[in-house]
Amino acid sequence: MVGSGRQLGGSRLVTAATEALTDPALEAAVATPEFELANIRQRKRRGLLIALPAYIYLLIFFAVPLITVIIYSFATRNRFGGADLNNWNIDSYRELGDDLIRTILLRSAGLAILTTIICLLISYPFAYYMATRSEKVRNLMLVFVMIPFWTNFLVRNYAWYVILGTDGPFSQFTEFIGFGPTRVLFTQVAVVLGLVYGFLPFMILPLYASIERIDGRLIEASRDLYANGWQAFRNVLWPLSLPGVVAGSILVFIPSLGAYVTPHILGGTKGTLLGSYIVTQFLTARNLPFGAAMSTVLMIIMLAATILYFRKGGRTL
Amino acid sequence: MGETRDAHETTTAADAVAISGVTKRFGDVVAVDNIDLNIADGEFFAMLGPSGCGKTTTLRMIAGLEFPTQGSLKIFGDEVGTLPPNKRPVNTVFQNYALFPHMNVLDNVSFGLRMQNVGRSEAADRARALIKLVQLEGMERRKPSQLSGGQQQRVALARALVNKPKVLLLDEPLGALDLKLRQEMQNELKSLQRELGVSFVFVTHDQEEALTMSDRIAVMEDGRLLQVGSAEDLYERPANRFVADFIGQTNLVDATVADSDTIVLGNGSKVRATTSLGSGSKVAMSLRPEAISIGPRGSAPADHSEESLDGIVSSSTYLGHAVDYRVSVDWIDLEVRAGAIGAQQRFSPGDEVSLWWDRAANWVVAD
Amino acid sequence: MTGITEPRGMTKASLRGISWLVYVFFYAPILVLIIFSFSDNRNVGVWGGFTTSWYADFAQDSKLTGALSNSLQIAVVATLISVVLGTMAALALERFSFRGKQVFDALLYLPVIIPDVTMAVMLLLFFTQAAKWFGFSKGFSTIALSHIAFCISFVSIVVRARLAGMDDKLEEAAMDLYASRWQAFRYVTLPLIMPGILGGALLAMTLSLDDVVITQFVTGAGWSTLPVYVFSLIRKGVTPLINAVSVVMLVASMVLVALSLLTQRLRGDDPA
Repeated sequence: MVGSGRQLGGSRLVTAATEALTDPALEAAVATPEFELANIRQRKRRGLLIALPAYIYLLIFFAVPLITVIIYSFATRNRFGGADLNNWNIDSYRELGDDLIRTILLRSAGLAILTTIICLLISYPFAYYMATRSEKVRNLMLVFVMIPFWTNFLVRNYAWYVILGTDGPFSQFTEFIGFGPTRVLFTQVAVVLGLVYGFLPFMILPLYASIERIDGRLIEASRDLYANGWQAFRNVLWPLSLPGVVAGSILVFIPSLGAYVTPHILGGTKGTLLGSYIVTQFLTARNLPFGAAMSTVLMIIMLAATILYFRKGGRTL
Repeated sequence: MGETRDAHETTTAADAVAISGVTKRFGDVVAVDNIDLNIADGEFFAMLGPSGCGKTTTLRMIAGLEFPTQGSLKIFGDEVGTLPPNKRPVNTVFQNYALFPHMNVLDNVSFGLRMQNVGRSEAADRARALIKLVQLEGMERRKPSQLSGGQQQRVALARALVNKPKVLLLDEPLGALDLKLRQEMQNELKSLQRELGVSFVFVTHDQEEALTMSDRIAVMEDGRLLQVGSAEDLYERPANRFVADFIGQTNLVDATVADSDTIVLGNGSKVRATTSLGSGSKVAMSLRPEAISIGPRGSAPADHSEESLDGIVSSSTYLGHAVDYRVSVDWIDLEVRAGAIGAQQRFSPGDEVSLWWDRAANWVVAD
Repeated sequence: MTGITEPRGMTKASLRGISWLVYVFFYAPILVLIIFSFSDNRNVGVWGGFTTSWYADFAQDSKLTGALSNSLQIAVVATLISVVLGTMAALALERFSFRGKQVFDALLYLPVIIPDVTMAVMLLLFFTQAAKWFGFSKGFSTIALSHIAFCISFVSIVVRARLAGMDDKLEEAAMDLYASRWQAFRYVTLPLIMPGILGGALLAMTLSLDDVVITQFVTGAGWSTLPVYVFSLIRKGVTPLINAVSVVMLVASMVLVALSLLTQRLRGDDPA
């Protein structure tokens, strides 16, 4: 019974698919509104059918997990480190007001903001310089920004581990120039360095895209109207490149806020950050509802930033 | 020769395209509004109108790229309204050509034949013959990006014609070319069409192009078909104000019908003009600038006393072969184009002049 | 349009200096890593003479080579499936309108912008719950399924950009020339978006080979990919063996970049 039912369902799906992929009428006929409607409907069915595999996949392996996290964030932690789904409450969200958590949140946000600002300060002159080059040079410069962008993230972080480690090249360098050995590894300086290194291309690319699009004559016009270099930058270049600034900032800020790999490799045991703390809740502390609540909050911040991104920066990347 | 075809003329099997009662809606927008149109076999037919008038949509419906919301569309007597483009015996030269950028000239031209399961070598042979016809021999291996605009245009033509379409559709085929090349291609298209004897239906917003190339022209506005006729029909006997204004330059003077022989202009002066409209109808008198004669005040010939107006020259522009005057005639300004050859008297701003015209030159159109 | 005019004098010199420094910043660490992978010293950052022994150690370490093989298998599977699904999604979004299109569009964008950690948490809870109900063990399948979930989005973005840049009149022209819908896709659309599909595939493969966080969360006992295994080794304490492994991963990345640049070259035939 069940088997035949399944078969029936299957064959119905096949029929629907065949219907969507064949044209409603291949015989010649006088066009009618009904035909047109059938044709439009059939076109829409075809579109849906083509989207369907990815659609279903993302519903199962993205939308459902997303909802699962939100459900878990309202559950209660049970004795075995699991979650009791029958006992609903918002305790996990209340815990977010905890002093320790607030410190972690502020520290993470601070580091993410610092990373974003440093990236912006480095990227702006770079992107501007790139935009002034000839097409050939520009493309070459772009390629050499893309290469680290494509290079394994873990490896790029590990490279700094090697450089900054005890007796590592950096320490030897500072010793050589007379500052004595330094130990940057396992400090927050190392974390910010790693984050900047990791996410710099995210800032350069949208910035470059928006500066490159600016009509150079506007700057000439401002100079013609007695603006000095700074005024031309402040009143013309900067406002026109703002979409790129916003886009780049968000693209750097979001992953920095949720960073896990970088602080784990370059940061010490002290000064836990949001990403690592969430991971701990799942892998070590086994407080699933609380971890889920923090993930949900991170997600909401991310969504808000993304909405801002599309409002202000558009799809510059 | 030259008579306006009755839009509701019954379809004959000989008509290359017969459109009757065709409407196309996009949501709430009516792109094409209940049009009837017959295009004869072997005709060079133009569809003319400002952008958004529905001419391209009509062409796309003939091609099958768009289905009509309602109505019948026949090609040589066969209903094709609901057939997809690959089932119709017509081919299109697209605006900006839509050449396949990843294929060379030969592959572009033989594409249609290959899709109809013509064997590779036969398709190549036939494609080469067409490439020769459009004078692109030796370019077979080039990619479209390596061709000039004019050459791309020829490839697009060859690619469509190799399939021996019963009707060739051209969507603004010369729009992307510069002026000189465009004039050259106009002649070539015309002679190509004569040689092949296939109906060409082409869409343009350039009235000069339509006038010089076509046997007949359909003028469209706002999805409606305003007039179908030869170049002379449209120029000399426009069906309404829009056509009069759209085709060439003209002076449109508001008037009221007095009787079948007389109209009264805005200032009360009576002018002789033939019209079938009832007395009291609001009309406009269309006077082409070059049809107006200009002379010193009082010089209008006596037999033109009821086809003349007095005025003062307000500006004159020397064009080489002609002089354009703008003449203030008490309540309106008229454009006048006078020959600039030899003894023709010239006028300066402020000169008092008389204007007159032959009775046949003015044409009364409904408002 | 005129581009930005070139600055002069001091400004130009300092901008040029900054740009060179940025490149030094990008490439110096990579260079250092490569150098020290040949260093004969147990301390990862101290030079101790030239040796290739760490590479030999890597080749003989069955755990590492096993993890590498796992990584490659997962990357291949994830790439193949996500390329098919992502390309179809791109086609549907760029060429059709259908019910639920906006929801689908949003759903497709989310995996790109959501932080790794959040996605990892989501999939962990989901697979734990699902494993409880349906009784399967976590490992290859859960990792591959997770990688596909984020790769689809990246593939579809790349392919969509390519489709959007393609004149849709070309498909009409094909059908006007007697191609069926399928033939128009097969002979016109597909070849023209192929660089986008290849670019998307390389991006998917890179992301799959790169991923640490999500994989670490959804993997089962005794199952690991190379980055996850290396990550756990780094936390335990490093040896130059990790330098060598890192350089191997680095080279893999470089090969993928090179391939992706080659597909960019293919874009010479502009379909616009």
